[in-house]
Amino acid sequence: MKARAEGRLLVALPFDVTAKLARLNWGFVLLVCLLAAVGYAALYSVDGGSPKPYAEAQAVRFAAGLVLMLGLALVDIRLIARLAWPAYGAALLLLAAVARFGHVGKGAERWIDVAGIALQPSELMKVALVLALAAWFRRASWERVGSPLFLIVPALAIAAPVALILKEPNLGTAVITLAIGGAMLLAAGVRLWLFALAIAPLPLVARIAYSHLHGYQKQRILTFLHPERDPLGAGYNIIQSKIALGSGGMWGQGYLHGTQGHLGFLPEKQTDFIFTTIGEEWGFVGALAVVALLLLIIVAAMLIALRCRHQFGRLLAFGVAVDFSLYVFVNLAMVMGVIPVGGVPLPLVSYGGSALIAVMGGFGLLLSVDVHRDVVFPRDLEDG
Amino acid sequence: MRRETRRAGVFTRRALAVLAGQTAVLGLLSARLYQVQVTEGRRYATRARQNSISLRMIAPVRGRILDRGGVVLAGNKQAWRALLIAEQSHDIDRTLDRFSRIVPLDARARARIRRDVAQNRRFIPVLVADFLTWDQMARIEAAAPRLPGIVIDVGQTRVYPFGPDFAHVVGYVAPPTPADVARDPALALPGMRVGRTGVERFRERDLQGQAGSVQLEVDAAGRVIRELARDGGVPGADVTLTLDAGLQRLAMRRLAGLSASAVVLDARDGAVLAMASTPSFDPGLFDTGVSEAQWKAWITDPMAPLIDKAAVGVYAPGSTFKPGVALAALSAGAITPTTTFFCPGYFQLGNRKFYCWKRGGHGTVDVHTALQQSCDVFFYHTALQVGMDRIAAMTHRLGLGVRLPLDLPLQARGLVPTPAWRRAHGHPWVLGDTALAGIGQGFVQVTPLQLATYVARVATGRAVAPHVAASIGGRVLPGGVASDWPLLDIPQPALKAVHDGLAAVVNTPLGTGWTVRLPPALGVRMAGKTGTAQVTGVSQAERLAGGFHSSQLPWKLRPNALFIAFAPVTAPRYATAVVVAHGNEGAEAAAPIARDLIVAALSRDPTVAQAAPGTKS
Repeated sequence: MKARAEGRLLVALPFDVTAKLARLNWGFVLLVCLLAAVGYAALYSVDGGSPKPYAEAQAVRFAAGLVLMLGLALVDIRLIARLAWPAYGAALLLLAAVARFGHVGKGAERWIDVAGIALQPSELMKVALVLALAAWFRRASWERVGSPLFLIVPALAIAAPVALILKEPNLGTAVITLAIGGAMLLAAGVRLWLFALAIAPLPLVARIAYSHLHGYQKQRILTFLHPERDPLGAGYNIIQSKIALGSGGMWGQGYLHGTQGHLGFLPEKQTDFIFTTIGEEWGFVGALAVVALLLLIIVAAMLIALRCRHQFGRLLAFGVAVDFSLYVFVNLAMVMGVIPVGGVPLPLVSYGGSALIAVMGGFGLLLSVDVHRDVVFPRDLEDG
Repeated sequence: MRRETRRAGVFTRRALAVLAGQTAVLGLLSARLYQVQVTEGRRYATRARQNSISLRMIAPVRGRILDRGGVVLAGNKQAWRALLIAEQSHDIDRTLDRFSRIVPLDARARARIRRDVAQNRRFIPVLVADFLTWDQMARIEAAAPRLPGIVIDVGQTRVYPFGPDFAHVVGYVAPPTPADVARDPALALPGMRVGRTGVERFRERDLQGQAGSVQLEVDAAGRVIRELARDGGVPGADVTLTLDAGLQRLAMRRLAGLSASAVVLDARDGAVLAMASTPSFDPGLFDTGVSEAQWKAWITDPMAPLIDKAAVGVYAPGSTFKPGVALAALSAGAITPTTTFFCPGYFQLGNRKFYCWKRGGHGTVDVHTALQQSCDVFFYHTALQVGMDRIAAMTHRLGLGVRLPLDLPLQARGLVPTPAWRRAHGHPWVLGDTALAGIGQGFVQVTPLQLATYVARVATGRAVAPHVAASIGGRVLPGGVASDWPLLDIPQPALKAVHDGLAAVVNTPLGTGWTVRLPPALGVRMAGKTGTAQVTGVSQAERLAGGFHSSQLPWKLRPNALFIAFAPVTAPRYATAVVVAHGNEGAEAAAPIARDLIVAALSRDPTVAQAAPGTKS
């Protein structure tokens, strides 16, 4: 494919649509639809064998997300690269705005209303951070990345949103955002000794931080370590989740036959704890199949990153894949009682609009990378 | 091109490493899933499809409150009650209909049950009916198959064996309010109570304990098949008080019928041995709910039975303030033990006359005589010589008009005024104010507990502070020995002069407390000070008319009667303060009560009995 002048992009677009649709990674789209179908089935069961209220609403949102994803897939990746920093700036402004105008939702999570849709700016921020870092590193050679001065801007770009999210306060999302930023730096070629230097003092920092935690925060950590300490409070979800998963056994209770008596206890059964319904009704075998599907999506996203021929696309696809996998890890680990309860949904399966739109938007960028994997960026590798 | 290959190569290697890591994490999570679902899952595996696991919470047993000898002041009694577990009842209304054929439920009770069910998680038992009889319980058990969701529970209710006698110190518990439950969800369990006043409130955290839980396998009707796991919770800790139940009950008996309070302290460490306030109320009533008529009666009673007068009631100390003024003057060198003033029965300050209680006057008096006979004129002079700032500083140190480090939720601060305080309120401080403060009148306001603390501090010279708890769950609290309390740094000669004066009050025929001297058989002497504090000004016209006598006044306008005392004089062990509101003369109304309390405390004390062997008649 020949490189076009960016000014002609919008004029050229209609003639490209057929060609672009042909290049679209339909296999990936299929995987995404399959995962959404799993979510629909699980919500249908949570609803007690009815599409209302959750399953139907979620299907409508998914349809909107699908349009967003396919629309983004057709946008020229070079235009996306040019919009990366403005997107980052906008997300950062939104994040700062919740600090002032956002209202407190469940617990400490902060939301902001944009045109009637409750948005969680921290979800948008993760995608925007990936975009911004990909844009920063896209021209940089291996030698250039080795210069510590070159890393000042990306370090600040990571630190600013992390600090704002910490202030919300939302420790879990702050750590995830930090992890995404770290993964991006790793993929961009930041030297490994720098990571070693950053990670080495962590145990000490953790110790000092623990001594500065509020009483209730310490309590939450202790409750996680011994959920039985507080069976009515934070330990409650973990215990109930384990009971529900355990009662599923190897083959499950059967679809729509989960003991609603248990799940009636789970206040987040349609959102964060949706996986327990799957585990209870479909058993270990069914739950494992869902885990396998999630792994397939992660692998497919990584393959898109690996076969892209420009650095911006590689890093963008990689970031989206890491973002998605972190959602999955944190949610599954939480449901299985491996990490403290954190309020992270299982993407595309849990009920909820904000995360769904953020994930589908990310996948749209990912598909755009794949469609435009062979384009040539102007002034690439012009650092020096 | 070489540079592109280089960075693409680095990206590929690192992305593959990350992918390997992601796969590994999902692998580990799958292993964990296998452990939760299959390996450990067997523990939860249910036998039949209808069977399910229910988590049931157990309310912890509330800790008891004991007196120093282990006598139970607040305990628990088993009570039968019916609970409803909403998740096990298919139709709550039908269950309740059938239930009310055995135990009638009125519309209010049903509304409350419905509200509790709506507010709580569905597995939390909700109280249906409390205090069931044996007969009712048996009929409910027999009807159990037709009452899904109803369970009989042996619970605990709070009992106060001595009723009103300890109501103010020990306090009472009441069912939690929605605000309490929002703060601590464990309080939603039936039978949970929250301390509202007194020790019950101050030691709430220790008394409450932690809820336990049982995991049960239940069938579709909600009947328990077996117990899977149990966590007994942590029962609340017993709190042992410094109170002496016998002494407290004696104090309550002696104060019966009066609006009065009495405090007895161990002068050496501030342990509260008795802290009585009358009239009192039955604290057990709050557990089951107080009727509106009862509440109204308490609130409108002029003798304020709900108020703990010992810690919250404030009174002008009257002449009981004089030892503090004397100590301030002696310590500052404003007077010496030999300084004398002449008392003609009044004291002229500018164009205003301040009277002595003795119309003819006391003649020439020194501090010893002034304390012994409670000469007002001597203390008008003394107060002006030493100045209000130094009087306030000394009496604050002695525990008057300041917040004490007390282990009870409520106490009044009282007031010993300073010129700065008066000016801050927009008035000038005049010398007349100092003179009036010198005899414990005017702006001075103290609580009986502060008076007792003040007596203990004057008696021992140490900054002892009153406390009612001795140990919690066997853990001894600090403050139980004299060396826990620092010395007050008051010159020994000043203390001695005041001790001698206070001993003369009770042990010399001219003293105002001669009538309440201890029986010689005890072998020890008591020191004390009377006080009679006006609650309203006596006009000069009334004085000149001569016929004035306060016992003819309406009750509300009669002076308050006070008496403070400590014993033995030489090695002080017990300190007491008695205040009888509108009791007229301190020597008549308050002193005999204080004497009886001191006698009882001494005769219950093995060390005193040893000190005076063979003096028993």
